[in-house]
Amino acid sequence: MTALRKIFARWLPVYAGLYIVFLYLPVVFLPIFSLNTAVTPKFPLEGLTLKWYEELPNTPALLDAAWNSLVVGIAAAILSTVLGICAARAITRYRFPGRRTINGLIMAPLVLPEIIVAVSMLLVILQMGLDLSLMTVVLGHVLVCIPYSLTVLTSGFEGFDRSLEEASADLGETAFGTFRRVTLPMVTPAIISSLLVSFTISLDEFIMAFFLTGTKPTLPIYIWGQLRFAAKLPGVLALGTLLLVGSFLLLTIAELLRRRAARRSQNTGGAFA
Amino acid sequence: MPEHTPADHRTMIEISRVTRSYGAFKALDDASLTIREGEFFSLLGPSGCGKTTLLRMIAGFDNPTSGTIAVDGQPMDGIPANRRPTNMVFQSYAIFPHLNVEQNVAYGLKRLRLGAAEEKRRVEEALAQVSLTGLGKRGATELSGGQRQRVALARALVMRPKVLLLDEPLSALDKKLREQMQVELRRLQQAVGITFILVTHDQYEALAMSDRIAVMFGGRIAQVASPKEIYQRPVNRQVADFLGGMNFVKAEIVEENGASLVVDTLGFGRVRTDKPAAFVRNGKAATLGIRPERLRVLWDDAKAKFEVAGRVVERHYFGEITHLIVEIPGLENPLSVTETNDFGADDIPVGAPIRLAYDPDALVAMAD
Amino acid sequence: MTAAAEGSPPLALGRRRRSSLLQTEPAQGFALISPTFLYALVLLVVPILVVVAHSFWTQNYLTIDRSFTLENYRVALTEPIYRDLLMRSLWISLLVSFFTVVMAYPIAYFISFHGGQHKGLWLFLITIPFWTSYLLRVMSWRVILGYNGVLNSGLMGLGFISEPSTALLYNTSAVVITLTHAWAAFAILPIFVSLEKVDRSLIEAATDLGDGPLRRFLRITLPLSSPGVIAALLIVMIPTVGDFVTPRLVGGKDGVMIANAIQAQFSKAANWPLGAALSVTTMVIVTAMAAAAVLIIRSAARLAR
Repeated sequence: MTALRKIFARWLPVYAGLYIVFLYLPVVFLPIFSLNTAVTPKFPLEGLTLKWYEELPNTPALLDAAWNSLVVGIAAAILSTVLGICAARAITRYRFPGRRTINGLIMAPLVLPEIIVAVSMLLVILQMGLDLSLMTVVLGHVLVCIPYSLTVLTSGFEGFDRSLEEASADLGETAFGTFRRVTLPMVTPAIISSLLVSFTISLDEFIMAFFLTGTKPTLPIYIWGQLRFAAKLPGVLALGTLLLVGSFLLLTIAELLRRRAARRSQNTGGAFA
Repeated sequence: MPEHTPADHRTMIEISRVTRSYGAFKALDDASLTIREGEFFSLLGPSGCGKTTLLRMIAGFDNPTSGTIAVDGQPMDGIPANRRPTNMVFQSYAIFPHLNVEQNVAYGLKRLRLGAAEEKRRVEEALAQVSLTGLGKRGATELSGGQRQRVALARALVMRPKVLLLDEPLSALDKKLREQMQVELRRLQQAVGITFILVTHDQYEALAMSDRIAVMFGGRIAQVASPKEIYQRPVNRQVADFLGGMNFVKAEIVEENGASLVVDTLGFGRVRTDKPAAFVRNGKAATLGIRPERLRVLWDDAKAKFEVAGRVVERHYFGEITHLIVEIPGLENPLSVTETNDFGADDIPVGAPIRLAYDPDALVAMAD
Repeated sequence: MTAAAEGSPPLALGRRRRSSLLQTEPAQGFALISPTFLYALVLLVVPILVVVAHSFWTQNYLTIDRSFTLENYRVALTEPIYRDLLMRSLWISLLVSFFTVVMAYPIAYFISFHGGQHKGLWLFLITIPFWTSYLLRVMSWRVILGYNGVLNSGLMGLGFISEPSTALLYNTSAVVITLTHAWAAFAILPIFVSLEKVDRSLIEAATDLGDGPLRRFLRITLPLSSPGVIAALLIVMIPTVGDFVTPRLVGGKDGVMIANAIQAQFSKAANWPLGAALSVTTMVIVTAMAAAAVLIIRSAARLAR
């Protein structure tokens, strides 16, 4: 048994290391081949160049798509965070019948095939005679972002000691004053974190956007279009690298803020706990 | 009545016939209570007895289902917590984690718009009262348990409330700090002269700090009296038990008149005692109680006017005292005796015959 | 928090004296959650019901015939192309969820039991790749597995193979590898959470009672972490069945899945009722499969005791 234990103890970190390699393998090739002079992504690299990056700002279709994604992302982030705040507050603060069921329903898009969610919304929108537009993409993105917003916000709100609000009332503060001076400052990090996470998801989301957008493409749809052309691959890789760096920065900030929020309310649960 | 507060003090809180029910469950059942100005008053009882419910209704975090609460002559019906002349020290202290000590203490003052200088002066004064001078800039998360408690106190006191409410303020502290804070809280209360209402489940805390205590069980107030009265003259077995160990002896009422009661017991014979104020007769049966420390071991040939004889069946050593379990012929249950170890009570062999002296005044009659 | 327990007894029973509806706790909570609830109801539940309704209708060019029929389901379940696509999709999602969970468990275990001070960092490290564009990750696998790809050139460089292998890309295994990678973080996190909840003194107690490392893992840790395994399985299995990006990019002819057929019905072929029936069939079968998996895991966890 001790022999087994030794093998186990020795191989587990090795396995963990290999797993991390597996996870990062596809991610590291993006930046590497985006610097390659050759169009085909293969080793050895022909030479290093920044020309694919230099071409990006000169592609109007790309800039349009980026602008669309920005608009959709900001709208989806704000909407899903507002709806997430309501739900997270209700779930952490109140006990009411049907609480679990409602929570389950709100979280459902996380465990449903996205294509079915997208197709269902598409059907209803077309049946109602509405036009597909960036607006309908926002509606879809909000639906898939809410579960993430809710998770981040619940972790920020949980352990928020109710007596803090009572203490504020006891010291003469009104309900609105209590919200402004106690509740809001304490949950702000979680709210910002939720905004950043939803924005990042919306920025990357493809399937909902694919079905629900009208004539205006978002970035993933633009990328999807480019993937058909082998010659465009390095440009796409360059764009992907920039998105990767951007997402990484946003999420690092989001995570740091979430941790600060969790520490404030003496709660150490993970973002997905 | 052995009271610590001058009797001429006027009423600060009047609780009349307050009931709080949750569906069929009554958290508080027809409670009436008068608390005087400048009094240190404790609500004592086991968890679930309704003491916290009562405190929260005084603070305005909960409303009576029926009955009224008046503070300083003014009925509190419909007045929200933020407009009541009471302030609270929460069990969890509820220190705002995003504010430092100074900002925590100044929290309630901000709304009063006193001006920066006056506000600062009052914050300093409050911090000095709780011995936290110089810690104003300390962050809320960098405080020890004792310091958090002091900040919570300062934050409430700085509002100059008519009544300070304390919800189990010492329960989170370790034993030594708790005992130190008991003394400090009592001293502080006497210095500021405000009415303090303390909720606690710790009988020693209540006995050590209070002018008067209300003992509560199951949503009802069982007894309201001074600590000494509560300890020495509990109205029933439940109160007696909650306030510390007591020997109970079955008794039969022989005679009841005005202020006294004559009962017959096995072991202690016929005894005449003061009748408790709230004594409600329930047939002929009654209970006689005596605290273990009121039974003294009689050494060698020493004689006492009142004594019982028996045999030691168990001996437990507690350092400065020894706890003896003594079987008395005729008594259903053996008696507990605590004796200081000055004369060698710790050397009494188990099985030895023993004689115990008592003062009939220490015997208290209780309704069954 | 004991004060709260004492101060506010069962809130379900709570009824205020002024019992205007909005003043009760449950009503306030419900009012607060209702915007989000309504959003999910209107944009998720109602659309899914509409899809279910469509699946019983038929379409003639641009008009929908609303008379009840099971014809779409007959096509979905008996037409060889759809039946094969469905079977393959279920098989792939089963494989993917199995591999994802089996590969994720040791990592979650490692982080939970040996992560020490750096648990948060490990989790963050694991979630980063998941946040990069999904399309580009799939694309990247194509680069890795392709004919002239990284893996082939690497293997040739090391002398394992003399000419590029075509077995790597455009088949089922490429889809499984890509999806296993895509869902890794979703499997690790719930398992990690449930492992964190395992009271360490229970494991010590098992040791104290004579269990060795393997036995106490099988009898204590694994059964107690089964809720996390179940959650991971559900989170991976059900959405995977509906993926159409991965099959399109790395699946080739053999890797096409049911979602590609559904997508086709809603775009080019434009047969909504058939698309709806395919969607509903897929959902129902994958849910049944997931439920069966959950049952198996639960009974296995019970047997382990």
